Amino acid sequence: MLNELKPALLMLAVFTVITGGVYPLVVTGIAQGGFPHQANGTLIEHDGKVVGSELIGQPYTDPKYFWGRPSATGPVPYNAGASSGSNLGPLNPALEEAVKARIEALKAADPSQTAPIPVDLVTASASGLDPEISPAAAAWQAPRIARLRGLPLESVRGLVEKHTQDRQFGVLGEARVNVLQLNLALDAERQKSR
Amino acid sequence: MTGNGYFQLALYLITLIGLAWPLGLYMARVYKDEIPGFMRWLKPVENLVYRLTGVKPGDDMPWTRYAFAMLAFNLIGFLAVYLLQRFQVWLPLNPEGLGAVTPDSAFNTAVSFATNTNWQGYGGETTMAYLTQMLGLNVQNFVSAATGMAVLVALMRAFTRREAGGVGNFWVDMVRSTLYILLPLSLILSLALVSQGVVQSFSAYEKAALVQPYAQAETTVTEQVIAVGPAASQIAIKQLGTNGGGFFNVNSAHPLENPTPLSNFLELLAILLIPAALCFTFGRFVGDMRQGGAILAAMTVVFTALLAVCVWAEQSGNPLFDRLGLATGASEMQAGGNMEGKETRFGVVNSALWATATTAASNGSVNSMHDSFTPIGGMVPMWLIQLGEVIYGGVGSGLYGMIVFALIGVFIAGLMIGRTPEYLGKKIEAFEVKMAAVAILIPPLVVLVGTALAVGLDVGRAGIFNPGAHGFSEVLYALSSAGNNNGSAFGGLSANTPFYNTLLGMAMLLSRYWLMIPVLGIAGSLAAKKIVPAGSGTLPTHTPLFVLLLVVTVLLVGALTFVPALALGPVVEQLQMLGVK
Repeated sequence: MLNELKPALLMLAVFTVITGGVYPLVVTGIAQGGFPHQANGTLIEHDGKVVGSELIGQPYTDPKYFWGRPSATGPVPYNAGASSGSNLGPLNPALEEAVKARIEALKAADPSQTAPIPVDLVTASASGLDPEISPAAAAWQAPRIARLRGLPLESVRGLVEKHTQDRQFGVLGEARVNVLQLNLALDAERQKSR
Repeated sequence: MTGNGYFQLALYLITLIGLAWPLGLYMARVYKDEIPGFMRWLKPVENLVYRLTGVKPGDDMPWTRYAFAMLAFNLIGFLAVYLLQRFQVWLPLNPEGLGAVTPDSAFNTAVSFATNTNWQGYGGETTMAYLTQMLGLNVQNFVSAATGMAVLVALMRAFTRREAGGVGNFWVDMVRSTLYILLPLSLILSLALVSQGVVQSFSAYEKAALVQPYAQAETTVTEQVIAVGPAASQIAIKQLGTNGGGFFNVNSAHPLENPTPLSNFLELLAILLIPAALCFTFGRFVGDMRQGGAILAAMTVVFTALLAVCVWAEQSGNPLFDRLGLATGASEMQAGGNMEGKETRFGVVNSALWATATTAASNGSVNSMHDSFTPIGGMVPMWLIQLGEVIYGGVGSGLYGMIVFALIGVFIAGLMIGRTPEYLGKKIEAFEVKMAAVAILIPPLVVLVGTALAVGLDVGRAGIFNPGAHGFSEVLYALSSAGNNNGSAFGGLSANTPFYNTLLGMAMLLSRYWLMIPVLGIAGSLAAKKIVPAGSGTLPTHTPLFVLLLVVTVLLVGALTFVPALALGPVVEQLQMLGVK
């Protein structure tokens, strides 16, 4: 075994240079040159200020905004510096309590909405950073947003539709609505009308 | 499940096999030193590596020397990763100023990456400096995968040799795996991932102003810190090399690690691509493509059946959600089902598909939280791990594990028909069967003894997060994952403690090397034998009957060993869940 230690050491050194140095640097170079927006986190800037990432959700408690998936990150929800799921098992009483509390909060924000709540709106996402909700979850919230913002329901639905992404290539994944972009569009709508 | 769900699953399997076929043939040429023209420009690099390291590529190693070289290389790799973690606080490329990793966690992680397990007791973005990720973890992602492929190549080569003393050269097999196979594929995949939004930068974490400032306790949170880093280059190889160690804590569920359905599809393909392709390589190596095809068929049968169970269980969802009056049906408007611990863009189908693929392969990356799966939905990945990571399995390790099962299969058949078993022209005798038995029995032993130890001790029970049977499942899953070099987890378990870091570290070491050493022993013994022509009493090993024999052997060993333990966890929980209604 001792005879093999020297080549082992040298091999690791060589491959540290190739796979640990050259390879990530080449990828970084091409990525920063070819896809700088994506490679740096797909950030959204408003007036030179970063207001978020298209790919990272944000927390909302104000009923005037569309709410995203519940987030289990600590110490605050949607902490993109420490991603985490809830890891609650299906029969854990804590899961039932959390879901019940979310149902109550949603109903309190809009007592007139009596349709069943889409499941993704009251269950924590895997990353705690999910930027999206299902089209059903957006449709469920649309009447509340329209009323609180004094907008016609049709125009809110139009905005939702505009920010709905179909399955990729019509096939892959699930249809979804980007919550941050939708809320930014709602705020822009308000400024337009002033 | 909608029609689209079935279509996505079928599309995945067809694309996988379609890509694995040509890749497998390409890999066979690489290992036989018949490098195709379009990659021959790398030959000078390969030769330079040998010159720099003083390796003589023509050196034919007996299996013992091959094993020593492999062990020495892995030992040095382990030490490098350990030291990088311990000293990262004083090293460059650490913009967040992350501190030295604790000794027990650094030990666990170093073992984890050197053994191709990539169990993660830590959260990436809060623990590992960019330099540690690149020079430590990323390098091991490549070379631990290449180590597994090299051991498989030695075994495949042994079937083609007659009365030979050696099984090949470890360094050559390892270097070729990395240079001609892993590196080019990783480069292509990482750039495809960046185009979808996977980050690749060296800057410090970004800060964003929240649209709606968030009041919590006494303070108002106005800012969001967004962790970034050189992630794409690492994620590509983590999937291709069946490593699975995430750049961020939540692994491939993180939107910056797996941002779109397309990135998810590509990563899913990468998880099973090389393990499936190696079946074609095997067929080409032994000069009979049907032999590789039979093994691939056996793997695919088990995979498809368990995939169906997992998708069904997760789509059926949690009866609790129905009782609370939620909308849980799948439609074009929502995924429905059990969405706790799942991302909207993946929904139920792609989460269940990933959970099945990542545990069929010894990958262990996750795009949903397995701890929040329904009892049956979570049992599928756990049992796939416990089957020994042979349903496609790890790169190299999956196929050599499956060949070991094939040896047991022909041995059992040989007992039934009263003839000396043969496989591919080699007589299977006492030594091979003993080594195969060791390779098959060590991992379950590690898993079951480890689980008993952990649930028997206060310090082990202290890590459990969910109450009841599910808590037991968390421990069983952790030991199964470490004891079969998978790396995924029921993440609720607090495993970053000295007890679990040590126990799981030992489990990873035992199961990785006590599989590799017996396999190399088998290779050495087979290489030394004559090749006997198939006779009338030879059991053909390319027929549907053999596929069935292989499937039954794998499932029987897996069921006999783990049904009692599974009964205490997921089975009890499922019965409790039926009572929820």
